[in-house]
Amino acid sequence: MSSVRVLVGTRKGAFILTADGSRRNWRVQGPLFAGWEIYHVKGSPVDPNRIFAAQSTGWFGQLIQRSDDGGASWEPVGNQFPYDGVPGTHQWYDGTPHPWEFARVWHLEPSLFDADTVFAGVEDAALFRTNDAGDSWHELSGLRTHETGSQWQPGAGGMCLHTIIESPTDPARIVVAISSAGAFRTDDAGTSWKPINRGLSSEGIPDADAEVGHCVHHITMHPSRPDVLFMQKHWDIMRSNDAGDSWFEVSGNLPTDFGFVIDVNAHEPETIYVVPITSDSMHFPLDGQLRVYRSRTGGGEWEPLTAGLPQRDCYVNVLRDAMAVDTLEDCGVYFGTTGGQVYASANGGDTWEAIVRDLPAVLSVEVQTLA
Amino acid sequence: MIRVVLPAHLKTLTRVPGEIELDVVAPVCQRSVLDALEARYPVLVGTIRDPATQRRRPFIRFFACEEDLSHTSPDAPLPRDVETGREAYFVIGAMAGG
Repeated sequence: MSSVRVLVGTRKGAFILTADGSRRNWRVQGPLFAGWEIYHVKGSPVDPNRIFAAQSTGWFGQLIQRSDDGGASWEPVGNQFPYDGVPGTHQWYDGTPHPWEFARVWHLEPSLFDADTVFAGVEDAALFRTNDAGDSWHELSGLRTHETGSQWQPGAGGMCLHTIIESPTDPARIVVAISSAGAFRTDDAGTSWKPINRGLSSEGIPDADAEVGHCVHHITMHPSRPDVLFMQKHWDIMRSNDAGDSWFEVSGNLPTDFGFVIDVNAHEPETIYVVPITSDSMHFPLDGQLRVYRSRTGGGEWEPLTAGLPQRDCYVNVLRDAMAVDTLEDCGVYFGTTGGQVYASANGGDTWEAIVRDLPAVLSVEVQTLA
Repeated sequence: MIRVVLPAHLKTLTRVPGEIELDVVAPVCQRSVLDALEARYPVLVGTIRDPATQRRRPFIRFFACEEDLSHTSPDAPLPRDVETGREAYFVIGAMAGG
């Protein structure tokens, strides 16, 4: 029988939630790496028992942990992320040049093609790759050394590379996103990159439709349509039908189009989910009502999903890496909150339940569907 | 024999709940003690010192014999009581945060 493993990163450790395919009864394992911030935990699509975790604190720096047995045991692997060459500077919050400094790993993306290959998105923004299952990491420096790199500026959370999407049909094509530089794409396996921000408009920067400088919060893609990308920008839900070469807005009838997460149904490439957040200064749901919005039309037309979600006095946030879907026949949708709940829907979003409550603030949620 | 006491988060990484005892080749100074510590427990590389510059991480402190050694030269000799094992060398996670 199929089963589901939900990998949860929190401010104070990692948790693994497991259930059989009915997704009714959940077992909670953790905290793993108790007391450490776990920005991201993700399993390899090639070998689901191989899982990587990004473990850090401001005190003791960055570690990377690897499990080869589905999370039962872990071993630290390489934790050195040296920038290639002399890193130079990017812009600081006040517009002055600031040296590139490694702070932490935000996102780990195990390769679709090789269990030993993983990409890491770090702060200050750069993309690293390991080809030896995490023992050593090497920067794909063509991104950071792009001619616009010196203009990049951090968002409020730091200048983080938080989204990494490998094309399932073309291993040389990778899309990444950086707050707040924007989205970039390589078509030659990371040697050269180009900004893919045409069509984005951001009121918070001097030139609203500049080539770079946009605060992209998250991008998602359905594997059957690698050219179709959906983006939750700081404000605005955006869609691209040409792998990011151009974008158009699909916020439609959303009550607010600020937010962090966005994801696609596993079986319906035009069904997407967002969690609207009140505004950039009020990081909680509108009117204290936690609502997932679903569009079955690839954006534009949205419906609120509320069954099982708190509809009063709810002031949590849902962070950019904290939503995921499973691939069971009736697609499961999962998201975690800064209040420590992980909500799940076993029916594509129609109804929800908290499968665990009162965890530390949730930073990331990933799902593995196991045979 | 040098006795080293780590903060809780680093004890978890080394999987040693108590003190660590190290044989350190003279001269016994903070650099040689930390070099020996990292050689025994490679998982600690980068958690106490920046691996590139070897400088102390900002929220780490070093105490011994009721003195804060955080700002003394890493190559300065450690107190005789640390060198003989009478007193421990403490790696501290600074008090901060909530």
